Amino acid sequence: MSLQHFISEAVSPWMKNDGPDSDIVMSSRVRFARNLKNYVFPILSNREHNLEVIEEVRNQFTDVPDDQVGQLELIEMDDLKPIEKRVLVEKHLISPNLIEQSKNGAVLLSENETVSIMINEEDHFRIQCLVAGFELKKALSLANSLDNWIEEKVDYAFDERKGYLTSCPTNVGTGMRASVMLHLPALVLTQQLNHIIPAINQLGLVVRGSYGEGSEALGNIFQISNQITLGKTEDDIVEDLQGVVRQVIEKERAARRALLDNSRIELEDRIYRALGVLQNSRIIQSKEAAKCLSDVRLGIDLGLVKGLSKSILNELLILTQPGFLQQYAGASLTPTERDIKRATLIRERLELEDQLTKNVEGDEQ
Amino acid sequence: MTCQECGERPATLHFTKIINGEKTETHICEKCAKEKGEVEPGTNHFSIHNLLSGLLNLENPIGESPAQSYYKPEISHCPKCGLTYQQFTKVGRFGCSECYKTFSDKLDPILKKVHGGNTVHSGKIPKRAGAAIEIERKVQNLRSKMKEYIEHEEFEKAAETRDLIRTLEDKSSSEGGE
Repeated sequence: MSLQHFISEAVSPWMKNDGPDSDIVMSSRVRFARNLKNYVFPILSNREHNLEVIEEVRNQFTDVPDDQVGQLELIEMDDLKPIEKRVLVEKHLISPNLIEQSKNGAVLLSENETVSIMINEEDHFRIQCLVAGFELKKALSLANSLDNWIEEKVDYAFDERKGYLTSCPTNVGTGMRASVMLHLPALVLTQQLNHIIPAINQLGLVVRGSYGEGSEALGNIFQISNQITLGKTEDDIVEDLQGVVRQVIEKERAARRALLDNSRIELEDRIYRALGVLQNSRIIQSKEAAKCLSDVRLGIDLGLVKGLSKSILNELLILTQPGFLQQYAGASLTPTERDIKRATLIRERLELEDQLTKNVEGDEQ
Repeated sequence: MTCQECGERPATLHFTKIINGEKTETHICEKCAKEKGEVEPGTNHFSIHNLLSGLLNLENPIGESPAQSYYKPEISHCPKCGLTYQQFTKVGRFGCSECYKTFSDKLDPILKKVHGGNTVHSGKIPKRAGAAIEIERKVQNLRSKMKEYIEHEEFEKAAETRDLIRTLEDKSSSEGGE
């Protein structure tokens, strides 16, 4: 296993499995922020201490006892090229923060990319577990077992009253952020989401774009997560989030049905136009690509578009991000070159899909 | 579309910011974006920390009259990492675990604001470091249960609970707890 393994494929192995409610929920994630008792937090620490932390990780934490995770690969940010780092961000394996603001950052990745443990980010450890579909409990139990395993070997900064001590007081307590990535095209199209977001915010939950804090919702993909980390148990936080997400899923399904019932022809027009753009364009910007991919994915979920696999939205959305495009091209590209490359990639990918379907049909006859 | 900043190059990055329901759109080219520090997704520099430091500075609203300046709080700093409260209000982050003790008197109002009124942790406790705390929590739960039993005159159950508390307390002291 090496770095190449993580940056050559747009789709993480875990994405290939369909989780529960995968027509709407793309992934569930749980992350724990943890710090070491005897070191100052990364924002104030020096190079020497940072490297000590990384060394400790290298010596103790590459073999996970749990066989559902397998070996972990340690990757240091200082060893990576800018494009390679960017690819890891685009795949959600590391945060933009780790490459921009951290000194001597590193990450431990599992082969199936379900587990990512960032080191020397805002906190010493950021344990993250990503699973397909609506499965927060599964992500939580995996994060818990990794957390216990790490705690066997190091002393965490923990206070009886304040819980796990984190650099930012917005994470103190459980240090947990649980989030769900949702594809909500019908709620956006019917403009219901604008009314739903304030209601969600009042419940202590946050709605953001797909790349977290401050990012735009590319391709109608939204992330809902807990804001409050103190005074509630991990299970309660996850259950509250689950309850709200469950309702959002129902609302999205209802909006999709209503669209089909009331304006089927307009919806079909929109979806097939989007497919046409993706199949034929020669220059396409990432925003337009994301919009069209979202429309086509909606078409697939509603059974209007046949012969395309669901994972195509996830895959192409990541594959057509600037970092990935350049990694793929093996060179840095100007914005126009990227738009051309993006269009080519999408066309090729769709043609491949088409051939696959034809082969399957041929076999069946 | 040309870039809003330089008006020369084509705009290749499009940002939509929604702050307090007010939507602003920005269309800029890569060069200007880089200068403004807005290149990659999710790296919008107006982050939670900015918001947080906004909350922290509420204590000293701008425009406070100079006559009150002799009221200046003494500059407290963390003995372990050297962070001052002033610095904390700027970056919105603590420097080490000791900071939570150093600035404890100022902490609870902040925590209340960001955690829906909560100030005390009730979630997971680390197994090794928290074995004693775990027992302490159990004991407290049992004590309140025992009280309830006594109030309802269920003395047999109360006695059972008392024995359970004793066993737990013995266990914690034999394991080197307090």
